[in-house]
Order: sequence, then C-alpha cells, then structure tokens
Amino acid sequence: MSERLRILIAKPGLDGHDRGAKVVARALRDAGMEVIYTGLRQTPEMIVEAALQEDVDAIGLSILSGAHMTLVPRVIEKLRQAGLDNVKVFVGGIIPDEDVPALQELGVAAIFGPGASTQVIAETVLRLTGG
Amino acid sequence: MAPVLAGDRRALARLISLIEDNGPTARATLSALYPYTGHAHVIGVTGAPGTGKSTLVNELAKACRTRGQTVGIVAVDPTSPFTGGALLGDRVRMQDLAGDPGIFIRSMATRGSLGGLSLATADVVKVLDAAGFAVVIVETVGVGQAEVDIARTAHTTIVVEAPGLGDDVQALKAGLLEIADLLVVNKADRPGAAQTARALEVTLDLGRNSRLDGQWRPPVLQTVALDGRGVNEVLDAAIAHRAYLQESGLWHRRERERAYSDLMRMLERELVERLVERVGAATLERWTEQIAARESDVYTAAQTILAQTEESDHD
Repeated sequence: MSERLRILIAKPGLDGHDRGAKVVARALRDAGMEVIYTGLRQTPEMIVEAALQEDVDAIGLSILSGAHMTLVPRVIEKLRQAGLDNVKVFVGGIIPDEDVPALQELGVAAIFGPGASTQVIAETVLRLTGG
Repeated sequence: MAPVLAGDRRALARLISLIEDNGPTARATLSALYPYTGHAHVIGVTGAPGTGKSTLVNELAKACRTRGQTVGIVAVDPTSPFTGGALLGDRVRMQDLAGDPGIFIRSMATRGSLGGLSLATADVVKVLDAAGFAVVIVETVGVGQAEVDIARTAHTTIVVEAPGLGDDVQALKAGLLEIADLLVVNKADRPGAAQTARALEVTLDLGRNSRLDGQWRPPVLQTVALDGRGVNEVLDAAIAHRAYLQESGLWHRRERERAYSDLMRMLERELVERLVERVGAATLERWTEQIAARESDVYTAAQTILAQTEESDHD
C-alpha cells in the first residue's frame, strides 16, 4: 500500500454529467490524496485496468444513470479477477434506498447520496483506506 | 523483480508505488533491474498548460502502436503545496489507449519537486524500460520557462506550443526552447499557427541550441492532435532524432552525462542522510536556532559541522 493515498474516480455508464465526480475528486485532493480522474463513459474493464496500472487504494464510482445494479457488480467482479480484492469501492450518485443492502452485500464499502457533504465523503474515504 | 521483467502489470504497478514512496526494497529492486535498461527510446513531452500535451501523447502512443511498438507512459501533474494532494487528470485525454495490453499508463504527482517532474520519475522510466516497453513517453506538468528536468531524463524532448500564447519575445527567453529537440505547434487549425511557427524558426536562426553542439536543428512541426493530423511526422522526427544521437555519438555522451548526474544525486542523498544521522538532530537544531537568531550563518555552520565530523574521523 502506498504511503500517499491514491484514489481513482471514475464515471461508468453513458450519462454525461460529471460535475459531482469532479467535486468529489477536488474534495479528496484537498484532503491530501492523489486522485486519478478518468473522465466520462468508462467501461468496467477500463476502470479496473486503470486501477491496476495506477495501484490505487480505492475506487469511487459516480453513477447517475440508474444503471448501478448492472455496473457496480461488473466492476467488483473484474476487480476480483484482476486480484485487486483489497481495493475499496465506494459509490456516489442517485441510489434508491432499496438497492443499498444489495450493493453492500456485493462489497461496496460506502454509498453517498446527492446530499452527502464533501467533508463526510473525504473522512469516510480516509477511514476506509486506513489513512 | 522477475514478474516485472516477465510483463506482470500488477507487479509493475506495485513496484512504481514503492519507488514513489522511496522505500529500501525499491532501491534494491532498481539496482537489480538496471542491467535490463537502456533499450527504450525515452521521449519527453513538455510545454505550457493547455497546449495539448496529453492529447499529443495519446496520438503519439497510437502512432507507435500502429508501427508495432509497445509504449509506457508517465504523466506528471502537480501536487498541491498546501494539502499534499493532487488531481491527476491526464488519463481523460488518453481513453483511446484503454484496453491495449501494449500500453501502460501511470499518473504521477510531483510531490514537492519543482522541475516539472517528480523525484521518482527518472526511476519509473527505468522500470518501464526494463519491463520491455520500446518507447517510454514522459509528459511533464504544464510548465513555464524553467522546468527543464525533462531534458535530463529523455533522449528526445518535444516542446509543445500553441498559437496565441506569446509574442516572439517570449520565444527568445532561455529555458524551454533551449531543451527542445523537436518543436511542435499544436492546435495548428487555429489562427496564428503559421506566425507562431515562423517566430520559433527565427529564434532557432538566432542561435544554436546550446545543448546540442552538433548538427541537429530542431524541426518546427505543426499538428492538430485532436484529430491526429501531423502526428506521424512528429514520430518520424523523433525517430530521426534518435538515429542522429546514435550516429553522432551524442547518445553515448548523454548516457554518460545522465549516469554522472544520477551518481552525484545519489551520493548527495546518501551523504546527507548519513551526515544528519551522525551529527544528530539536537546539534542541527542548535545551529538552526543560532542561524535564525543571526548569531551564526549557514556558511559558518556547514563548515564547522563538517570540520567537526572530519576531526572525529581522525580520532
């Protein structure tokens, strides 16, 4: 594990709104982390390959499209296949309450809704990654 | 070390992290890998923010792949001096390269280093070289005029300009232009590109590139990296530059210069570490207080500390 926390912020799926992802990336940077921002329309394969090359401690997925129940399991499965089980995954976006238990069951370490403050997000990510 | 040589990408990624954190394991592995280095063509891409460096790197990497060469990319972005954090966004412009097993991209933060690269960048380049990438492209932070570390790390340095960034007086200033082996005017579909290219040519006419006392005149090329126009010509010029370095003997000379400056840097680091350990924190603290209070000065302090350690050597 790197001394300086490295976090990948990715935006899987087809919706084109990355304002939230950018706000979170900025907040984590301001909390002293190295944030790798990958941009829009990432496939789970692209996200996992980037996480591997960048040797990150955690991945933040921003999903507003409603496709989280398809995208998140695929990212987590690909992470396992790549031997990256130790990489924490957190999700931000519009996630209905009834989907939360299933995502947690999959191994998602934290879920942030639209109202989450950047301070809470940064503190949670720090705690998840043991920083 | 063996997995890295065998192309294990995860092992490679972990090793790069170890190097960035400057651990003792990293040093041992680096010294074991060193005999496998020296094969890659290291191309540096530098220039002011917003000139299109990342997009150009993306297109150069694609052009290399078309020619059957594997590419390692190191993209450096600045660390915030206030928080220690960094936003590394160069991958956004390199999405075309995702999923290609012949490409490996690593984003790095400067972590306080001021020359446009991080302290670990040169070592990470060596690791990618040892891992077998035929071309290693290093993208510096968006630079001003004095961040010229890249010239020590790369064989071929590409300085990227864009139209409308400055008049021809800017082009006369020392620094970036002096380290250019290739000059690229990107965004050449914009007004003013021809003038920018001309101003650069005029500057080149005024004086030889001081780093190259040979016959190489940096070509001024125009690109539109966004759609790939002109990029093949840039790669051709980089390859021609490499051939020039090898035929003229400059390749060997630069390798020697690099070896010498690496050795000096390593000696400096080791000597300072040992000296600090030997002199002790308390003594250093005492001198620091005296200097701050104007009771002593750095020159006297350094000379006295060194004289005292030398004396105790003779005891």
